[in-house]
Amino acid sequence: MRPPFIAIALLSGTALSYEILLIRLFSIIQWHHFAYMVISLSLLGYGASGAFLTLAGKRFSHHFPAVFMTNALLFAISSVAGFLCVQQIPFNPLEMAWGSHQLFYLLLLYLLLSVPFFAVANCIGLTLVSFTKNIPRIYSCDLLGAGLGALAIIILLFLVSPVTALYIIGSAGLLSAAVAMFECRIQPRWIVALLLFSGLSLPFVLHQWSPLLQLSPYKSLRQTLAVVGTEIVAERSSPLGFLTVVQSPVIPFRQAPGLSLNAPCEPPAQLAVFTDGEGLSVITENDNRQDSFTYMDYLTSALPYHLLSRPSVLVLGAGGGADVLQARYFAADRIDAVELNPQVADLVKHTFKDFAGDLYRAENIHLHIDEARSFVAGGKRKYDLIQLALLDAFSASSAGLYALSESYVYTTEALIEYIDHLHPNGLLAITRWIKLPPRDALKLFATAVAALEEMGVQEPGRRLILIRSWKTSTLLIKNGMLTPQDIRELQKFCQKRSFDLAYYPGIGVAEANRYNLLDRPYFFAGTAAILDREQREDFFSRYKFNLKPATDDRPYFFHFFKWSSLAELLSLRAKGGLPLLEQGYLLLIVTLIQAIPASLLFILLPLWFGGTIVGHRRPTPSHATSIRSERWWVVTYFFSLGIAFLFIEIAFIQKFILFLGHPLYAVGVVIAGFLLFAGWGSNFCSRQPSLHLPVAGITIIALLYLNLLPTIFHHLLRLPDPLKIFISLGLIAPLAFCMGMPFPLGLTRLTNRAPELLPWAWGINGCASVISAILATLGATHFGFSAVVIFAVGFYILAAVVYPREI
Amino acid sequence: MIRFANITAIVFLILLFGPLSQAESVDKYAHLRANLIRQIENDVYATSSYLNKKKLGSRVMQAMATVPRHKFVPNRLIPYAYNNRPLPIGEGQTISQPYIVAIMTDLLKLKPSDVVLEIGTGSGYQAAVLAELAEQVYTIEIIEPLHKSATKRLADLGYSNVTTQLGDGYYGWLEQAPFDAIMVTAAAGQVPPPLIRQLKPGGRMIIPVGGAFMTQFLLLIEKRADGSVSTRQILPVRFVPLTGEH
Repeated sequence: MRPPFIAIALLSGTALSYEILLIRLFSIIQWHHFAYMVISLSLLGYGASGAFLTLAGKRFSHHFPAVFMTNALLFAISSVAGFLCVQQIPFNPLEMAWGSHQLFYLLLLYLLLSVPFFAVANCIGLTLVSFTKNIPRIYSCDLLGAGLGALAIIILLFLVSPVTALYIIGSAGLLSAAVAMFECRIQPRWIVALLLFSGLSLPFVLHQWSPLLQLSPYKSLRQTLAVVGTEIVAERSSPLGFLTVVQSPVIPFRQAPGLSLNAPCEPPAQLAVFTDGEGLSVITENDNRQDSFTYMDYLTSALPYHLLSRPSVLVLGAGGGADVLQARYFAADRIDAVELNPQVADLVKHTFKDFAGDLYRAENIHLHIDEARSFVAGGKRKYDLIQLALLDAFSASSAGLYALSESYVYTTEALIEYIDHLHPNGLLAITRWIKLPPRDALKLFATAVAALEEMGVQEPGRRLILIRSWKTSTLLIKNGMLTPQDIRELQKFCQKRSFDLAYYPGIGVAEANRYNLLDRPYFFAGTAAILDREQREDFFSRYKFNLKPATDDRPYFFHFFKWSSLAELLSLRAKGGLPLLEQGYLLLIVTLIQAIPASLLFILLPLWFGGTIVGHRRPTPSHATSIRSERWWVVTYFFSLGIAFLFIEIAFIQKFILFLGHPLYAVGVVIAGFLLFAGWGSNFCSRQPSLHLPVAGITIIALLYLNLLPTIFHHLLRLPDPLKIFISLGLIAPLAFCMGMPFPLGLTRLTNRAPELLPWAWGINGCASVISAILATLGATHFGFSAVVIFAVGFYILAAVVYPREI
Repeated sequence: MIRFANITAIVFLILLFGPLSQAESVDKYAHLRANLIRQIENDVYATSSYLNKKKLGSRVMQAMATVPRHKFVPNRLIPYAYNNRPLPIGEGQTISQPYIVAIMTDLLKLKPSDVVLEIGTGSGYQAAVLAELAEQVYTIEIIEPLHKSATKRLADLGYSNVTTQLGDGYYGWLEQAPFDAIMVTAAAGQVPPPLIRQLKPGGRMIIPVGGAFMTQFLLLIEKRADGSVSTRQILPVRFVPLTGEH
């Protein structure tokens, strides 16, 4: 019998697609960071499979086709049924901080969602154990399949809704079972036909029954739909998000972030656009009458228009068009609007064209579908004003949910890029939500100071303005010195709207805390300390939140958490201090805290039961000896590889995001590239049995890339997208090719020394992969992505060191 | 016959001990409520330097000690009613943390003769606390099922000085304006200007800003005698952002 290579590739690809889809589905019904935790832990199904196969491996090997088929079917059924059951569990992550039975629900989620991964890992692990001579090729199919799966799910999510994608994944599971039967030549053939028929008809059958996604009742969309008269008028789905457009004719939306209390009017009718049931943005009715938009002059973001006359404007993050309307209200000469999500732009441009007054077809408005940073870096045009819109939702932002979301639009390098694209005396305006004690506004101010200093500006303070309303702050960075006329306009603007001046060159403390009174003039004191080079570092270290500027290597603008403040913040939790705890970061720690003992359990379990290993009811001296003599290198080697592979993959996704522009391109190209070329490398290693060559290759290429990639990207940034994708794959190929070899080489070596430990090694690698994804993010937060790559190289070298000689 | 005797005995026992157990449960809640009040007092004392006071007004604490919070939460959550934490009440809404309710209510500085407007009735708990302190409370809810259940609950509990309405809180309650105090307990994207207009000179409005299950900060709006408005952003916790400062 030959191994079911195609079925392995199919299953592996389907499992990776399922993993990505689950993150999408959970982001819709819950929140993104909880999705990350739940799915990370569920992936421990791979580790559990390792322990399971170690304890029962040979018994199953004897019945390979039946066990393989059973697990393939288990994957197909549990992938669909598991998620449908999960929707019935009343899990509310927002209550977790208050301590309740939510932990029980969480455990149920883990168990339900880990079953499909457990089943797939059983299929692959069992094939590796049963066909030891074909290890490189089996692993190669596993990687190739996963690479294609990563691409397939991204394409699929553009074509169908996430729920339909779930059914298609279930059906792919059934087809994999049919293919496996065919490859293993199992009789009777009518079962193959039945599986094929079931697989092909499943999406259509389930689609008829299609239950709706049950969003958490605490998501903005659900709460909005509870209001009388609200109605969903459009839905769009893509890998970038699930968009829901809601109209509320009875009780209108009045989205105007931080509107002055002195505003004489309210916004016109609006349609709400929710992304994944959160992140409210609006499409505003545009009757093309100037007085309908007077309210736009009462937002902090209106300030730059009072310092400039008929500017050319670049709006980064156009969304529903609010900032474009504002630019138009102030008679901007030319408006370039950049929006990442084509479906959002399409809503304004086509679906609600009349409502939006055909906004994006106006003569001086130019819409670009692109990522903000990439658009700026790739263009030569300069502007009088670059407006960086308020892109994130207030509630999620205030809870620190974005703490571990990489953002390349607020880094020091990004600000330099924006300023480079300003005309002399042009303005960069960035609006953020207000948090107390101040975080975003001060960190942004520090980033601006760092950017200006890096550009060689001697007195950054002469170019900066920071104002605040009760809910938003706006930072202005001028590409030139601020003039007394600018300051007079600024003071007039703030006075009329009761906005506070947080900083301008020459500000006095009495001016800083006049209208929106704070206990102390925190913003004034903070900006003063940041501008003072001698005080700055002391201020950063004494401030209880992390205010150090984000960089491209550590792109975590929203990461404000400091370990030194944890004890105090925890003690204040019930006294109104909960929002001060940054949930995104802490959840990652909680995920790690759960993953480590669970992994240890799966790794140690086979050792505890070592006596009954691989089907031998009583320990035999040879097996006991093999466990004793082999365990250390097996653990170290396969754990190191599990950590190192994902470290490099995750770090390079981040490195390529800036080059490929669109995060989806980066994720798709890098994951698929790494897995496909690693698969090729794995297949090749049967001809190249040495470990030292690939490890040397990984070390040299990875370290070389750390230094060369920024320069390469800088020079090739303006090339067309297809060419950039081709170049990216070319860059990934040699590194990934080498990375595909160590794992099958290790398994082959283990086959010669102690074949009964193969499934154990497979499980160790699975556990390490889960921990690796968490550690990579933590490492990048604290040390940067370059450091993550260096750590990965260290792990590869460690693996090479413990790799035993052939006996 | 034996079966009949058993049933009679059980009925008798229920009749005998039923009132006793009911009385016990009343006592149990009073005791739990008193514990909660002590906890709030301790927390306020611990955060005194930020709140600029060592304790909240005695009338406010008395109101907190009087309103039966367990009557405002779903049955399954009654055991947690006197925990100092927010609780879900359905429709994606919550009943606020008692500590925050006490601080917000205290910030309004209510007098017995005051007329108060509340935006966001929710379970009706905050309206009941306000009703203990003011002459008349008007409260508006945007979600119909919550409006109905809160109206019935407040009536059942005898809060005759609370009037409820279903509708858009943005425009306040013009017929009953002006108000001595306004409390916006619903999520507020902005401060509705009509509400400021319905506030009496010298009046106060309080808005909690944040997401579900947590309050980021409190926004206190004060209308001076001359009609001008000032706002204060108040953190409901003693937290100084720089180490070494007190």
